[in-house]
Amino acid sequence: MENTAHLDEARDPLIIAEGWMNDGRSVAVATVVETWGSAPRPVGSHLVIDAEGNFHGSVSGGCVEGAVVTEAVDVIDSGKPKMLEFGVADETAWQVGLSCGGRIKVYVEPLVQEA
Amino acid sequence: MDSASLRTLNAERRARRAAILVTDLADGSSRIVREHDEVSGELGEAVARAFRSGNSGSAEAGGHSYFLNAHLPQPRLVVIGAVHISQALAPMARIAGYPLEIIDPRTAFASADRFPDVTLHADWPEPVLAEHPLDSYTALAAVTHDPKIDDFALKAALDAKCFYVGALGSRKTHAKRVERLLALGATPEQIERIHAPIGLDIGAASPAEIAVAVLAQMIRAFHARGAGFKSKGEAA
Repeated sequence: MENTAHLDEARDPLIIAEGWMNDGRSVAVATVVETWGSAPRPVGSHLVIDAEGNFHGSVSGGCVEGAVVTEAVDVIDSGKPKMLEFGVADETAWQVGLSCGGRIKVYVEPLVQEA
Repeated sequence: MDSASLRTLNAERRARRAAILVTDLADGSSRIVREHDEVSGELGEAVARAFRSGNSGSAEAGGHSYFLNAHLPQPRLVVIGAVHISQALAPMARIAGYPLEIIDPRTAFASADRFPDVTLHADWPEPVLAEHPLDSYTALAAVTHDPKIDDFALKAALDAKCFYVGALGSRKTHAKRVERLLALGATPEQIERIHAPIGLDIGAASPAEIAVAVLAQMIRAFHARGAGFKSKGEAA
């Protein structure tokens, strides 16, 4: 029986990120921090990415994930967080715009391993 | 985010405790705030709002831009009694976004035939709640009318600080229930938290209408948690 009152550990991006971290993989976390208009995923949604470009979760309905993954791999390399913005008014709209007409801001940061 | 914050955040989420990840967007530094942690100033106000609403968002405080990601446990509803009201309540609660479970040791009542697609425990509340504990993000509605089944669960709900505790029965029935709960060791302050007669006063008469009244009362209790909001509209 479906019971959404408990974490779906197999699909939860932050649980997956912790598992990757425990396996010694480098991880970036992307988070929707702002939305305007109709946006497919709410503020706070996560996409987690490893250095090989494997990913789990979503920050849109699939429209911009490819671009976020590419940027995330750079963020893992540089160790510096980055703010990304996507929307129909964006010059990259033809490539990775949101067809729903909304705009979103996505914060991409490296998961910093504590010593 | 750093690895320690992620581990702490996931541990809180697994334990069904509310937590907020506060990230300074200038440098990416982060920390975890739990529900009763003291946070001062503008940031403290934003944190309190996020705990109340469950909404994530940005906040400006002390010249810094922060992002607050609120992780609240999914609120859920445990119903004691696989009765006619529960049959109406189950689909309504699911639509409203509150997963529901039903506990009733009477197997004739707690049958999959009567409750398709509902999590059913055809057992006494004591063993079921030992295995699936109540918490402050759980609501409990006791609707069997039978003290042997309801009382233990009501006491457990008060002890677990369930955000909503409701019990079916007339004022007279409730007066007797209060006596029994006191004998079980509940305090008068705890007993004050029980919504009885159960449900908002909307003149509910049919089982389905009573289910609406219970669901509405529970939703109000959820959004009023920690707000000192105390009003006990009553119906059934």
